[in-house]
Amino acid sequence: MRRSVPVAAIATISCAGLLLAGCSGGKDSANGSSKANAATKGVVNASNEKGGTLNYAISDAPESFDPGNTYYAFIYNFSRLYARPLTTFNPAPGAKGNELVPDLAESMGKASDGGKTWTYKLRKGVKYEDGREVTSQDVKYAVERSNFARDTLSLGPNYFQQFLVDDDKYKGPYKDKSKAGLKSIETPDDHTIVFHLKKPFAEFDYLVSAPQTAPVPQDKDKGAEYTRSVVSSGSYKFQSYQEGKQLVLVRNPQWSAKTDPLRKQLPDKIVVKMKVAKSTIDKDLKSGNTHIDLAGTGVDGQTQAQLLTSESEKANTDNALGQRLVYTAINSKVKPFDKLECRQAVQYAIDKKAVQTSLGGPIRGDLASTVLPTDIPGYQKFDLYPQKYDAKNKLDLTEAKKKWKECGAGNVDTTILARSDRQDEVDAATTVVESLKKIGINAKIQQYPTSKYFSDYAGVPKFNKKNNVGLIMMQWGSDFPTGYGYLQQILNGKAISQSGNTNLSELDDPEINKLLETAIADTDKAAREKAYAEIDKKTMEQAVIVPLTYFKVLNYRSPEATNLVSTSAFSGQYDYLNVGVKK
Amino acid sequence: MFSYIIRRLISAVILLLIVSAVTFGIFFVLPKLAGQTTDQLAQQYIGKAPTPADIAAVKKNLGLDKPVYEQFWDFLKGIFAGVDYKFGPEAARCNFPCFGYSFKTHIEVWPEIQSRLPVTLSLAAGAAVVWVVSGVATGVLSALRPGSLFDRAAMGVALAGVSLPMFFTGALALALFTYQWPIFQRSDYVPLLEDPFGWAQTLVLPWVTLAFLYSALYARLTRAGMLETLNEDFIRTARAKGLRERKVVVRHGLRAALTPIITVFGMDLGLLLGGALITEQVFSLQGVGAFAVQAITANDLPNILGVTLLAAFFIVLCNLVVDVLYAAVDPRVRLS
Repeated sequence: MRRSVPVAAIATISCAGLLLAGCSGGKDSANGSSKANAATKGVVNASNEKGGTLNYAISDAPESFDPGNTYYAFIYNFSRLYARPLTTFNPAPGAKGNELVPDLAESMGKASDGGKTWTYKLRKGVKYEDGREVTSQDVKYAVERSNFARDTLSLGPNYFQQFLVDDDKYKGPYKDKSKAGLKSIETPDDHTIVFHLKKPFAEFDYLVSAPQTAPVPQDKDKGAEYTRSVVSSGSYKFQSYQEGKQLVLVRNPQWSAKTDPLRKQLPDKIVVKMKVAKSTIDKDLKSGNTHIDLAGTGVDGQTQAQLLTSESEKANTDNALGQRLVYTAINSKVKPFDKLECRQAVQYAIDKKAVQTSLGGPIRGDLASTVLPTDIPGYQKFDLYPQKYDAKNKLDLTEAKKKWKECGAGNVDTTILARSDRQDEVDAATTVVESLKKIGINAKIQQYPTSKYFSDYAGVPKFNKKNNVGLIMMQWGSDFPTGYGYLQQILNGKAISQSGNTNLSELDDPEINKLLETAIADTDKAAREKAYAEIDKKTMEQAVIVPLTYFKVLNYRSPEATNLVSTSAFSGQYDYLNVGVKK
Repeated sequence: MFSYIIRRLISAVILLLIVSAVTFGIFFVLPKLAGQTTDQLAQQYIGKAPTPADIAAVKKNLGLDKPVYEQFWDFLKGIFAGVDYKFGPEAARCNFPCFGYSFKTHIEVWPEIQSRLPVTLSLAAGAAVVWVVSGVATGVLSALRPGSLFDRAAMGVALAGVSLPMFFTGALALALFTYQWPIFQRSDYVPLLEDPFGWAQTLVLPWVTLAFLYSALYARLTRAGMLETLNEDFIRTARAKGLRERKVVVRHGLRAALTPIITVFGMDLGLLLGGALITEQVFSLQGVGAFAVQAITANDLPNILGVTLLAAFFIVLCNLVVDVLYAAVDPRVRLS
C-alpha cells in the first residue's frame, strides 16, 4: 500500500482552528468559472500559459524525494516532474486517469514466454539535465539500487525483488560491483530493456509505472544522499534542496517536448515548502499563497466546515475517491471469530452509518459493502450483509442477533486495535465498540503508533493471538489500480508473515489464493477483472473484512492554478504533471 | 570562580551522559521488555515485505545486531572521534561532533540540527527579550500600585496569558493579524545576516505570541517578589537615607526580587532553545522543535538523541549562566 500522510498529525492545532473558524471567516474567493467536483470530471482551468512560480506546501516532511526510495503516493505523483518511469498514468479525469500510457518507454511492454518476459523500448533522445542521453542501463541500475540495496534505500516497495528471477542471489549494486549486475534484467542495447520474471505477471506495465524505473546514472548515485541532488530526466530539475524545509525545481533545459508527449513544462519554477502547519496550508490555498497541498489528503476539519457552508467556496472543491477502503479486519484465527457465523454477526452489527459519521460524514467516504473500492477496475456492486435502518437512523439488529445466536459464543471479550496517531481511526473504533456491545461483544480498544502498527502489533499474528485481538482497524489503498494490486497483500494466504503482515484477517483460503495466482497470469484484462470481482465476493462470503467506507478526500482547488485534474490513480490527488499558474 | 565553572562543566558532561543513556534505554530496553525483537525494530526502517536478508542487512548497517551497551559506546565514540558510514556506493566520514545518521533517511543528524538551530535561537532569543522586558516592567509597575486599575488589568491579562494554550493564541494571532488583517504577512524564515528587517518581520508574531505566555508568568512572579521585597527593612532604610524612589525600586527592590526570576528564566530559555515545539508547528517554522516532532513520529533514534542532547545541553548551559549571574545580582551569593 502506498502510504498517505497521517491526517491527524496536528489534531490539537486543528481543534483550536475550529474554534477560530468564525474569526478567520474568509472572503468568498471563487472565480465562479467552475463547479464543485469539476476536476473529477474534466480539466479545470485548462491552459498552456507558461511562466510563474507554482507553490506546493506540505505539513509533513517527506523522508526522501529520491524516486528509488519512496512509497508515498504523492511522491510517486510529484517525482514524475524530474524522473520519468517507463510508463505512467494518463493525466486525465475519472476512469481515464487509471489508464497507463508509455512515458520513458516508447510503447507499452511486449510480453513473451507466457508473460514471464517483458521487453521495453526506450524513447530515443531523452536527456538528463547534464545533456547525457538516458540509456537502458540507467533504468536497470535504478531498479537494482531501489530493490536490492534496502539497507540503504529502505523506504520503497520491493516488487521487482519479489518477481525477478535471481532475486535471492544478487546483493545490490553497492555490494556487488560486478559489471553484469542483476542477471534477470538484460539490456541488449542502449534503448532496450528486458525483464525476466519467475512467474507470468500480466500487469507488469503497472509495476514499471513506479518511480523505481526512472533512470539513475550510476556515476551520480550517492546512495541515501541522492535525494539532495537527483539527476533529472524529466521536465524540471533540482535547483536547491533543504532536507525537511524546501525543494525548488526549475526548468530542465535538456528536456524536449519531442521526446515527451505528456509533459507541458508550464511554470518557470516549482517550490515545495515543507512542515507548514496544515491549517496554514488551507488558508494559504484560499489566499493564493499556495496552489497545491502536496500530500493531497484533503483540507482539515475547520476548512471543511467553512468550505461546505459557502456555496461559492464549495465550487472550488473536489470530493474525490482515493482507491482506498476503510475497514475492520476480523481475525479468523482468534476465537470466537474463527466461526463464520460469529463473523457474519459482526458484519450485521457494526453500525456503518455511525462509523461514517465518526469518520467525518459522507464527504470523507461513501458507505462500503465490498472489499474492492468502487474506483478499482473490476469492482462490482453487491452487499451480502445489507443493513436496515429505521426512520431515526437506528440500525436493525435482528439479523446480527440471529447470527450471533447461531455462533453460540454468548458474551465475549475481545480486543480491537487502532492507530493512536490517527484520530479518525480511533473514533471509528470507538463506534465499532459501541455497536458490538449491543450483541454481546465487549471489545477493548488498544492504540499503537503507526510507525510500529505492522512491525510490532497488528501485523504480528503471534501478538494478536496472545492478546486476544479479534478486530483490527485498517485503511488500505492499492499500489497500482488493479484488482491484484489491491487484493494481493490483504487476502493472499501466502502473503501472511510473522511481522509486518497486512493480511490482518489471516485469511488463507486455497480457492482465493488460486484465483489470485491464475488471474495475474491471465493476459485477458476482462477475464482478470471478472476474477477480481469473484475474489471480492468469496472474501465477503467468508466475512473476514467489514467494509466501512470507500475513502474520499475533499481537496481545495486553487483558482490560481491551471490544468487541475483529480486522479484516483494517485489517491484522489490532483495530477501534478502539468499544473501551471495564472499570471 | 574558575574552579567552580570547571566543576559545573564536569557535572554537565556527566548529566549529558546520563541523559543519552536514559534515551538509549527508553528506545531499546523498554520495547525489548515488552517483547520487541531486534528484527521487529529493524523492520520499522525498511519498506514493505522485507526479506530475512533485508532485515539482516539493515540490522548490520544500523548496528542493531550489536548489544545495546556496545551501540551506546559506538555512539559516544562517534561524537568525539567520528565514524565511517556506508549508505551508498562509497563510505562517508561523519566528523566531530557526529550524532550518527538517521535510521530512516540515512542523512547525517548534526548538519540537519545545525541548519535548524538559527531558527530556534532567533525565536527563543527574540521572545525572551520581549517577555523579560514586558513581564518584569508590568510586574514592577503593578507592585508599585497594588490594587490599582492598572494592577488589576495587568494581572487579568497575565492570568489569560498563563491560562491560554500556545496552540490557541498562536492560531488566533495568525487568524487575526495574518489572514483577517494582513499586518504580518506570512513568509518563511529569513536569516538575520541576510535581511535583518525580513528576519524580524517574520518573527514578530511568533515572538509576541510566545512572549504573551511567558511574560504573564514573569509579571506575576515579579509583582509577588517586588511586593515582598518592598516591605523589607532594607528598603525602609534606603528610603530613610533619602534615596530617590527610582533608585530604591530599581537598585534595591528589583535587584533583590530578580533572583527567582533569573532562576526561572534560565530554565525557560534552556527549554526553548531545545526547540519550541508548538510555536514552531503553529507558525510553520523549521526549527529544532519541528525536527524533534518529526524524529519522534518516525521513531528515529539518532535524530531523537540529537535533539534530546541538544536540549539537555542548553538547559545545563543556561543553569550554569544563571548560577554565575546569582553572584552578580545577589551580593550574598559567593561561588566557591
